[in-house]
Amino acid sequence: MEWLKSRPIFWQNGLIESIGIPRIIIAGFLVFLFVLAVVLKMDLTFLISDSLVRIGMNGLLVLAMVPTITCGAGLNFALPVGILCGLVGGVVSMSLNLRGWVGFGTAALLGIVLAWILGYVYALLLDKVQGQEMMVGTYVGFSMVAGMCIFWLAAPIKNPAMVFAIGGQGLRYTLTLENYYCKLLNHFLEIKLWGITIPTGLLMFFGLGCALMHFFLKTRVGRAMAAAGSNPLFAKSSGVNLNAMRHLGVVISTVLGAIGILAYAQSYGFLQLYTAPLYMAFPAVASILIGGASLQKASISQVVIGTILFQTLLTIALPVTQTVLSGADVSEIARMIISNGMILYALTRGERRR
Amino acid sequence: MSESAVLELIGITKDYYGVTVLKGIDLKVKPREIHGIIGENGAGKSTLMNILFGMSVIHETGGFQGEIRIDGEPVVIDSPARAMELGIGMVHQEFMLLPGFSIAENIKLNREITCSNVISRVMGKSMETLDFKAMRQDARSALDHLSINIDETLPVAGLPVGYMQFVEIAREIDKKNLRVMVFDEPSAVLTESEAGLLLEAMRRLSEKGIAILFITHRLDEVMAVAHSISILRDGQLVARMERDQARIDKIAEWMVGRKVERSVLAKRPVAEDEAEDVILEIHDLSVEMPGEVVHRFDLKLRRGEILGIGGLAGHGKIGVANGIMGLYPARGSVFKDGLPVSLNNPRQALLSGMAMVSEDRRRVGLWMDESIEMNISFTAMQVQGKFLWPGPLERLRREDRTAMREHALTMIKDLDIRCTGPQQIVRHLSGGNQQKVCLARALTMKPDILWASEPTRGIDIGAKQLILDYLVRCSREGGMTIVMTSSELGELRRICDRIVIMYEGRISGILPPDASDMEFGMMMAGKYQSGKGVGIDGMA
Ligand SMILES: Nc1ncnc2c1ncn2[C@@H]1O[C@H](COP(=O)(O)OP(=O)(O)OP(=O)(O)O)[C@@H](O)[C@H]1O
Ligand SMILES: [Mg+2]
Repeated sequence: MEWLKSRPIFWQNGLIESIGIPRIIIAGFLVFLFVLAVVLKMDLTFLISDSLVRIGMNGLLVLAMVPTITCGAGLNFALPVGILCGLVGGVVSMSLNLRGWVGFGTAALLGIVLAWILGYVYALLLDKVQGQEMMVGTYVGFSMVAGMCIFWLAAPIKNPAMVFAIGGQGLRYTLTLENYYCKLLNHFLEIKLWGITIPTGLLMFFGLGCALMHFFLKTRVGRAMAAAGSNPLFAKSSGVNLNAMRHLGVVISTVLGAIGILAYAQSYGFLQLYTAPLYMAFPAVASILIGGASLQKASISQVVIGTILFQTLLTIALPVTQTVLSGADVSEIARMIISNGMILYALTRGERRR
Repeated sequence: MSESAVLELIGITKDYYGVTVLKGIDLKVKPREIHGIIGENGAGKSTLMNILFGMSVIHETGGFQGEIRIDGEPVVIDSPARAMELGIGMVHQEFMLLPGFSIAENIKLNREITCSNVISRVMGKSMETLDFKAMRQDARSALDHLSINIDETLPVAGLPVGYMQFVEIAREIDKKNLRVMVFDEPSAVLTESEAGLLLEAMRRLSEKGIAILFITHRLDEVMAVAHSISILRDGQLVARMERDQARIDKIAEWMVGRKVERSVLAKRPVAEDEAEDVILEIHDLSVEMPGEVVHRFDLKLRRGEILGIGGLAGHGKIGVANGIMGLYPARGSVFKDGLPVSLNNPRQALLSGMAMVSEDRRRVGLWMDESIEMNISFTAMQVQGKFLWPGPLERLRREDRTAMREHALTMIKDLDIRCTGPQQIVRHLSGGNQQKVCLARALTMKPDILWASEPTRGIDIGAKQLILDYLVRCSREGGMTIVMTSSELGELRRICDRIVIMYEGRISGILPPDASDMEFGMMMAGKYQSGKGVGIDGMA
């Protein structure tokens, strides 16, 4: 017990606990990498620009975890459902040959409508498996991706830029958005500062999503959703409809998945079909957990911090380690270790709390 | 008593986030001693016991200073498991039962009786099969010890709070190496006769050589069983006395640091039965609340009255409010001001102008991880659209923190909620102050009818006076109709206009508050049927 008494005052007040040990370690590691990058005389401005882009690209997908956590359904491992809706929107808008803002807008609108419907259906399914949402979600996501592979092959789309060159039937694995809305958000109000490129539009899009979510959580229905998720009996006794709140949370998350993937795709430059969405949920899950969220509670600041830490780590760690290890490609391995490790850590921690 | 102390606490000091809640507490108990610990809400009683029991809240908030000695040996108690090893048992203020398991399993939790089987012979003791029969028998005998006849195979989820209390107690007394037993307000939800059983069980325990620490807000209980008494005020030990030096009024004075005056409420003119102004008519109400079933309940509630519902635990007194407010499945018809109120729909019940203080404050009454202001305003915000910024769609209107805070501040002042401010997390409040938040939540609805189940549970004598006064004022000045369920008959008799006594889910009779103790007693025991008159010879 002695060591407890001798803790410094900032520790006793819970400052470190509130920031969280994992975040301190990761932030420390990031600082270390930055220093290393400087020592190795790497192009810092490039690394930072790249990080900013990746933060903006992935942000909304991470944000999609907030509504399901809040409404008590845990992490949304069925994020691919929303992602697929967004991709369908993108494909349709492309086949209609819509370009620029119109193309992006149509894709998003279609994606939202589809995600709203499918999200609701998925939410109804979850009613039957309460308490196992995350496991069921993983499988629903996987099966949806598999099922959609058939759709991509059979889709009645004739645009030659989109279908396989040979045979003329079936969509290609990746559809290039060049000439459509490639980097539309990234270039919107783009700023160049000391050699750093700031993708203002993309970051604003992410920021707008966060702001709306922040507002939503403080509205009457947002509060009801949080109460239903964290203390169902309390919510019920206040006249909150528990099922409706869970449905709403799942629907919003799915919609965010749809918009999120379009923001991601326009920056990446391609719509990735077939098995690409399979593992999309995992980096998003890892990010929000790194940000300090638990299976029961998540906040917007945790989304932002988590996305920044996770994406910066990925962008910076790879080139630096590559330089140090002279060329070995450890990027994919590092990503897997970090994201899966983080998920595992959070899941074990979450179980113990119950 | 020249025996040496089995448990000694020396100079216990504890602070939570910079606020000192215990200052150098010294405490000694000998084997066979029942030691009463009393003090106002927030005085630090539960905190002291949590320290003794090695609860994790203590260590997560920076530990404590001071020393604990068992048999004169300094010990480190860093977890409840360690405390149990040392022979310390505790019945907590808030229940700690696993809802998914049966009563017997809860009683034997972590001390399961096992028999060896093929696998366990290879893999070791943790793989042994549970001996359910032996476990049931043990649980049964522990329950019998408390003279409680409830089926030990029932699941704990949904049990009425009064029963959960006995299950908790049974779990503790089933432990074999027990040396020190802590009761943190075990009697708060029990009626006098049930509390009597509990006190009896405590006496038997102490005769077996166990030292008992007993926290309660009912001073007469302390006077009845305790051998010695410690009084805490604002985290300090202000007095320790032997039973024979103690007097109730003196104790109360020590507790609050000033003279306690019992305010006398003006008696209301007796309502004229003829001109009955009925606000709520309940017809044929049946409620399926496990352990508190209500059968075919009929009642006409008069506008502006304070109606009490009393009865023993398990006889349905709690079921009525829970059924009408839609929290448990109910059948029957309810008319408010002549309009039907749909059952099984909490929102409709709330919209029709009723509100409820739940007897289960931890699960139903409070959102533990939220602030006081959020807890107080949540229901009114959801149902009545109060505390929202203006805007087109009510659902998407944003909460108005300023209004919430302002309102919370008045409530904190009116009900004397001891806290650091409206933003304090409810979990960090003492039990009695949490109860006041529950009450504030219901009052914020400004209901026509307030269903208050055990509204003064765990509230100290000073605050209880204040709250009862407040309820009476709501009724007399605000015209609120109040239905108060309480296990404390004295409290009902103090403020109610009529008192309904329940027996086996039915109304056993309705009595005026000044009816004799005997009449109340017989009704509770089901020996008095309304309309049939008293049958003294019918008494067993
Ligand atoms: N987990 C916690 N975090 C911060 N403060 C706490 C916590 N638990 C209790 N407190 C504070 O410590 C003080 C003592 O609380 P405690 O629960 O010991 O009171 P109590 O004597 O048991 O009161 P009651 O009769 O109402 O149960 C209170 O001011 C309370 O607000
Ligand atoms: Mg207490």
